[in-house]
Amino acid sequence: MANKKIVIVGGGIAGLEAAASLSERGHSITIVESKATLGGNVSNWHKLFPTLRDSSEVIDYLTKRIDNPKISTLINTKVENIKKNNGSFTVEANGMALDADAVLIATGYDLFDSRRKEEFGYGIYDNVINSADLEKRFKAEKPITSANGSELKRVAFIHCVGSRDEKAGNHYCSKVCCVTGVKQAIELRQRLPRTEIICFYIDLRMFGAGFEELYREAQEKWGIQFVRGRLSEAAENMDGSLQIKAEDTLSGRPLKMRTDMIVLLAGMEPSCGTTSLGKNVGLKQRMGTFLQPQDEHLLSNKSSIDGLFVAGTCTGPMTINETITDARSAVVMIDEYLKK
Amino acid sequence: MKNFGFSVQPPRYIDIDNFDGRILMYVLQKEPSFNICMSCGCCTATCSASNILDFNIRKLGLLLRRGVSEELEKEINKCMLCGKCTLVCPRGINTRNVILNIKKALTKIDENEL
Repeated sequence: MANKKIVIVGGGIAGLEAAASLSERGHSITIVESKATLGGNVSNWHKLFPTLRDSSEVIDYLTKRIDNPKISTLINTKVENIKKNNGSFTVEANGMALDADAVLIATGYDLFDSRRKEEFGYGIYDNVINSADLEKRFKAEKPITSANGSELKRVAFIHCVGSRDEKAGNHYCSKVCCVTGVKQAIELRQRLPRTEIICFYIDLRMFGAGFEELYREAQEKWGIQFVRGRLSEAAENMDGSLQIKAEDTLSGRPLKMRTDMIVLLAGMEPSCGTTSLGKNVGLKQRMGTFLQPQDEHLLSNKSSIDGLFVAGTCTGPMTINETITDARSAVVMIDEYLKK
Repeated sequence: MKNFGFSVQPPRYIDIDNFDGRILMYVLQKEPSFNICMSCGCCTATCSASNILDFNIRKLGLLLRRGVSEELEKEINKCMLCGKCTLVCPRGINTRNVILNIKKALTKIDENEL
């Protein structure tokens, strides 16, 4: 078995899965993570769609797999540039220069900063939160109330925040927020059986196995309401509750509604690392600054530079299972490349 | 003849085959962004006229794209051209310019220029 050196940029689920699989093929791996912990965005989530399993199960599985002498990890280390010379690579990070025969970029996504949709009131009104904030509250296992501690009589979920939105600079669909909203609506209803929950959507994209079933369960078992119309603007009432303006497009009439809390389903954006690395290395980009694979269908793990691979959400929005599958597929491509 | 109160109703279906696209084509030529509406309803939700009148700018645009332009003239005059719809549109459609050009197209049809 060939023992080659591979640097993986990013210690999220794609990076961890790829590291484990590559080490099993006899290679030496260095994972370089810019943050203080591994696990990436998934570690901020409480439960996962569509099964409502604990996200820690995924993280634990992957962390166990990388507990291996062939894998070393550098945390709090930001990769600034990757240079190719005579077929091998130099990865520049925090003043270090790491040698590598191949590099996998798995720098992932950042959650859309909801403050950029000022008309939705995130960061302005106390009772406007986003999907990640709600996960934190679920995780804390404390009663979920409005900001002043009063009971939530009604909660509105807003789909497509920072996605499908030219004004936010993101024309693409983040694709996982639809089912995240349905999942969170169910979880909230389980905790607060008397709270009315209404989701405002443009289209509900239930593409994955079990997604449509979860949507149906939300309606059938949990009584979640769905209004086809995107939030136009939110304003705060004197008592801290919120006023929502949307169109109920199916009845063709404008709709206004009072709600105690708004949950914004923030979309995915290329992470800072994905953006800066793409720019510094000179990789082809798409959908803003996500990384462009060499061939959309056939070489989805090859970047525009030979020997430099991509996996996970640095190329565009993905679910967890897609990310894991993508990481494994990158491993095959890297292994084949190194055998040449 | 005895009048039984029956009459022949015109069909209600959207007739894609007999599509009068004159207004639509004119508007699309002047404001091509009109094509990319995803019917999210933000324009209607924020519309100053919709809140007080039976007026739905999203639906009006949709019907126009389906070749239905009956009562368009009467309806479009309810718009006050305040432009709030343009501010909120997530697809960046210049809705205000769409309305302006619908009005222009209607005038041109009146003057036999379309």
